[in-house]
Amino acid sequence: MSDQSSTGKKVIPIVTAAPEIAVPVSPTGAMIRTLGLVSAICGLIIVGAYQGTYDAVAANKRIATERAVFKVLPKAKSIEEFVAQAGGGIARVGAGDTAIPPGGVKFFAAYDEAGKLAGIAAEGVGKGYADNVRIMFGYQPDCQCVVGIGVVAMRETPGIGDKIITDKDFLANFTALDVKLKADLSALANEVKAVKHGTKTGAWQIDAIAGATITSRAVGKAINDSAQALLPRLVPKLDTLAKKS
Amino acid sequence: MNTAQYKTWDEFMEGVWRQNPVFVMVLGMCPTLAVTVSAINAISMGVATLFVLVCSCGLVSLMRKLTPKEVRIAVYIVIIATFVTAVDYAIQAISLALYDALGAFIQLIVVNCIILGRAEAHAAKNPPIPAMVNAAGMGVGFTIGLLALGVVREILGAGTLFGVSLFGAGFQPWVIMVLPPGGFFVLGAWLLLFAWWARRRAGLPAKEATQHV
Repeated sequence: MSDQSSTGKKVIPIVTAAPEIAVPVSPTGAMIRTLGLVSAICGLIIVGAYQGTYDAVAANKRIATERAVFKVLPKAKSIEEFVAQAGGGIARVGAGDTAIPPGGVKFFAAYDEAGKLAGIAAEGVGKGYADNVRIMFGYQPDCQCVVGIGVVAMRETPGIGDKIITDKDFLANFTALDVKLKADLSALANEVKAVKHGTKTGAWQIDAIAGATITSRAVGKAINDSAQALLPRLVPKLDTLAKKS
Repeated sequence: MNTAQYKTWDEFMEGVWRQNPVFVMVLGMCPTLAVTVSAINAISMGVATLFVLVCSCGLVSLMRKLTPKEVRIAVYIVIIATFVTAVDYAIQAISLALYDALGAFIQLIVVNCIILGRAEAHAAKNPPIPAMVNAAGMGVGFTIGLLALGVVREILGAGTLFGVSLFGAGFQPWVIMVLPPGGFFVLGAWLLLFAWWARRRAGLPAKEATQHV
């Protein structure tokens, strides 16, 4: 700041009244220099932090996804990610490839130790009481049914809506929830739906938790919407997924 | 203990006790009320804030002679935002579950008034070591404040402490304590306790004569 003394010239003189409030203005060059220096240092720190944590973050995300899939398909030992495209094809999603083509539905094929298909897992979203409830469900091709659910993200009321993770009677709905397709494979034969507690009649219905009907419905809608979009595309191509590639 | 040591200790205890950000200055209430549903959330938030405080105050202090006063706030915010970004990545690398639990409140450390306040009021006028010591004291004080809320809310609202069940299966949790109103109840109770204790220590009567207008 050796040029501080020369700044006196740049002071805009205040005409009358109180000349003592005429504070010296810092030179523009100093401001730009400081901001440039700070930005450069900060840029380095951010890039360093990003690079330093990239692998760990990616590994964490992969582990989190695997854990969610293994929870709904306990026999699974490894997973592969696929996209069911709008045209009906199925494409594999490579590692690190996160872009999903428009109209595509993402799902996971889970394989057991021998490399045989152990089930399909997919995510679904339904509007809950507080926010969207995102769930992962496991689909078993043999019985054409949902065999397990797990919650990926939710903000439901603790002690009420969040019972969907713990309530044994509710989770019993998902040991063999019927999601059979119509004969022409265009849509589900029966819409998956949560019904009021104690009024479940069909294998495709979900017996809601008493007092947490809205969250229960969100789960039903999440499964229904996701299955309606995915299964008509997936079922005709299932044999291409039967063995681990 | 010589004077220099004593001053450093004093500087540190300033934030931990006399100027405690939560209980005395009542700053940073947004994360205080929002993330303290469990002890582990409270500690993580406190440590993240502590890290940002110490690093940004250190850098602000190093840059203090180079920073024209017209652009100082911009400089502080850029520095704080940088360390918050670094913490954000670090937490994602440590645990995604924790990252989801803390949610947007990690990014919101940028606008935590404790940090900008420290940068402006202390770090900008002091050399790096005292500035960082003072910031560390504030950070520890903030962590203690969050932990005090988190422990009480977790015990009452979930019957657990650090995830370990305390009362067995028979305990019916007091759910409202982990909901937003619980944050206000517990904070209010702590503030009351602190005010009462501070008055007692100062030798003042516990009850002030009611003023009738």
